[in-house]
Amino acid sequence: MTDADELVRRTRELLDQNPPASTDRLEFLRARFDAGLAWVHYPEGLGGLGAPRHLQVVVDAELEAAGAPDNDARRNGIGLGMAAPTILKYGTEEQKQRFLRPLWTGEEVWCQLFSEPGAGSDLAALGTRAVREGDTWVVNGQKVWTSGAHNARWAILIARTDPAVPKHAGITYFLCDMTDPGVDVRPLRQITGEAEFNEVFLTDVRIPDSRRLGEIGDGWRVAQTTLNNERVAIGGMRLPREGGMIGPVAKTWRERPELRTHDLHQRLLKLWVEAEVSRLTAERLRQQLVAGQPGPEGAGMKLAFARLNQEISGLEVELRGEEGLLYDDWTMRRPELVDFTGRDAGYRYLRAKGNSIEGGTSEVLLNIVAERVLGLPAEPRTDKDVAWKDLAR
Amino acid sequence: MTDLLYSEEEEALRAAVRDLLTDHCAPADVLGRVESDTPHDLALWKQLADGMGLAGLLVPEAQGGQGASHREVAVVLEELGRAVAPVPYLTSAVVATEALLACGDEELLGRLASGRTIGALAVGLHTAPSAAFTAVRLESGVLHGELTGIADAAVADVLLVPADDGGLYAVTADAATVTPQVSFDLTRPLATVRLEGAPGRRVGDAEPAVRRALRAAAGLLASEQLGVADWALTETVRYLKERKQFNRPVGGFQALKHRLAQLWLETVNLRAAARAAADALASGEDAEISVAVAQAYAAPVAVHATEEAVQLHAGIGMTWEHPAHLYLKRAKADSIAYGTAGVHREALAGLVDLQTP
Repeated sequence: MTDADELVRRTRELLDQNPPASTDRLEFLRARFDAGLAWVHYPEGLGGLGAPRHLQVVVDAELEAAGAPDNDARRNGIGLGMAAPTILKYGTEEQKQRFLRPLWTGEEVWCQLFSEPGAGSDLAALGTRAVREGDTWVVNGQKVWTSGAHNARWAILIARTDPAVPKHAGITYFLCDMTDPGVDVRPLRQITGEAEFNEVFLTDVRIPDSRRLGEIGDGWRVAQTTLNNERVAIGGMRLPREGGMIGPVAKTWRERPELRTHDLHQRLLKLWVEAEVSRLTAERLRQQLVAGQPGPEGAGMKLAFARLNQEISGLEVELRGEEGLLYDDWTMRRPELVDFTGRDAGYRYLRAKGNSIEGGTSEVLLNIVAERVLGLPAEPRTDKDVAWKDLAR
Repeated sequence: MTDLLYSEEEEALRAAVRDLLTDHCAPADVLGRVESDTPHDLALWKQLADGMGLAGLLVPEAQGGQGASHREVAVVLEELGRAVAPVPYLTSAVVATEALLACGDEELLGRLASGRTIGALAVGLHTAPSAAFTAVRLESGVLHGELTGIADAAVADVLLVPADDGGLYAVTADAATVTPQVSFDLTRPLATVRLEGAPGRRVGDAEPAVRRALRAAAGLLASEQLGVADWALTETVRYLKERKQFNRPVGGFQALKHRLAQLWLETVNLRAAARAAADALASGEDAEISVAVAQAYAAPVAVHATEEAVQLHAGIGMTWEHPAHLYLKRAKADSIAYGTAGVHREALAGLVDLQTP
């Protein structure tokens, strides 16, 4: 058992041996991974020490105080939040050794080849086929809404390997090399004007069986690990008052008295209160995690933030009056990150529309809260026992 | 740092209060009582105050109290809200007690802490922490005037009355004429207080005492509102799992599931806001903003939760025999008590520098 004091000791040892001021960034990150201080709850040899998950904050605080470089986690959110825990749980020893270190350091960025044009919230309806030829799988199909595919070196991929069984049963999970022939990433321009996500066409892509994750036909169960981790992504971070999207609006209100109206004032105060209360709920969730008693609140955080971001950014556009009629830049770009703070109110308003769609629509998440938190009856299922190939589409 | 969790001691306190209320304050008991001439449950009050020592939570041990804090009081209020318990806890153990703490009147504080004396601040229940309040006339050393909307005055032994000389006076109930008003919230009834040459003992300055008392009241009321909302959500979910229409549990219809999930989210948020206010009152840090945030958020949530409870219980929810209306009435009255959400939002505008146009 590794306790907080032990982690502080090991972190200081890492800092002594690799002084941040004189150590190359990547070298420092690799050393940190090898010292088991990347994600302390992972096993030894895989970037962790098998310590309790909540003790990561102890390490992070020490490193931050020492000015150590971080692994720029936002650039590789899918890798860190989704691919890694899935590889850890279902990967072979060889897969874990091969993938986890460059994933954590950010040397290799990941994307997720899950959604398809005909399979969004009903993800298990996917139609991308993987057909086995000896030790290789040949993959054909189309994926969509793939954030960051243009920067990704690897992808987690689910594909149909058996169309003759019900849709959840015939799926297999793979690790796909984005540089392989047959992987074609095409930007998908969004309502903001930029292309943060992509369509990905897979044409005779050959994936060796050694890059299958989990058993053949067990892909849906493996994907649940990925998806559960997607929704647990919040927590750990602390936000100051006005730290979210309400911040720029409040700032504008203070600095630009000529923009103020009574109607906007009423709406601003209401949203300010809701933003503060959501912040407190997130902080309460964080305190529960640190205390080792995670609550079900996390299931609702994404819902709350999606609605708030949309309402606040909508108000912000109106507050700006004449300027609200303008937009900073419609140039088609392919960004590495979603930039909520660097761009203007119009961008925030448009981009926030995605908050209630990405990672599960608010409608589907409300079902999940109702069924898993409140225990209400599940939605009726008419496709449960029908072979995928016999489903209407 | 704000501590938004419940300690083990607080959870133990909750369990003890809930056990007592389960045994002695079932909805049918409350309903029967509000139909009588004596809506307050003084036997329950005695058990809470005398038996468990909860009336003195905010009073230091040296003055006969428990020396606890607003955090523990908040937990008690959550449970009392969940039971719409007709006891003068908020009015005596919080509001009157806070006023006396500001005045430093040890003798009366000790009596309130023991629970054997019930106190009521003679300021209208609707009054916000920063709002003006009515004072009575002090003439030739005795008090004259009428005050309305005084919560729980019907069972108070001592009334704390603001007078026009700026003082706060302790008046024994015998010296005043207390007349019940027909109240919207049957479980926290209001009364008028008439003073016709009533003697009073000056306990301190009214202004700081009333401000302090109303601020604590507004902050801790959020915990009561949390209890009310939590009951409404829990009971409605339970009922919708049982109630069948069209050959399936009503709770399986997505239109209703989404409404309940939404209500759950609001309740989760309210818990964080109420905890933050209780913690801020206990520590004295950031109290003004935390109280205003909690009260601006709490009232609409509690009202929404109880309105949903009535609607989703449908026909039975509209009946007198089902307790849903007791909670709806408490929630709606609470939305006015100690300042409406709108008044608290306006207070915030000044506190966080978001000025009016």
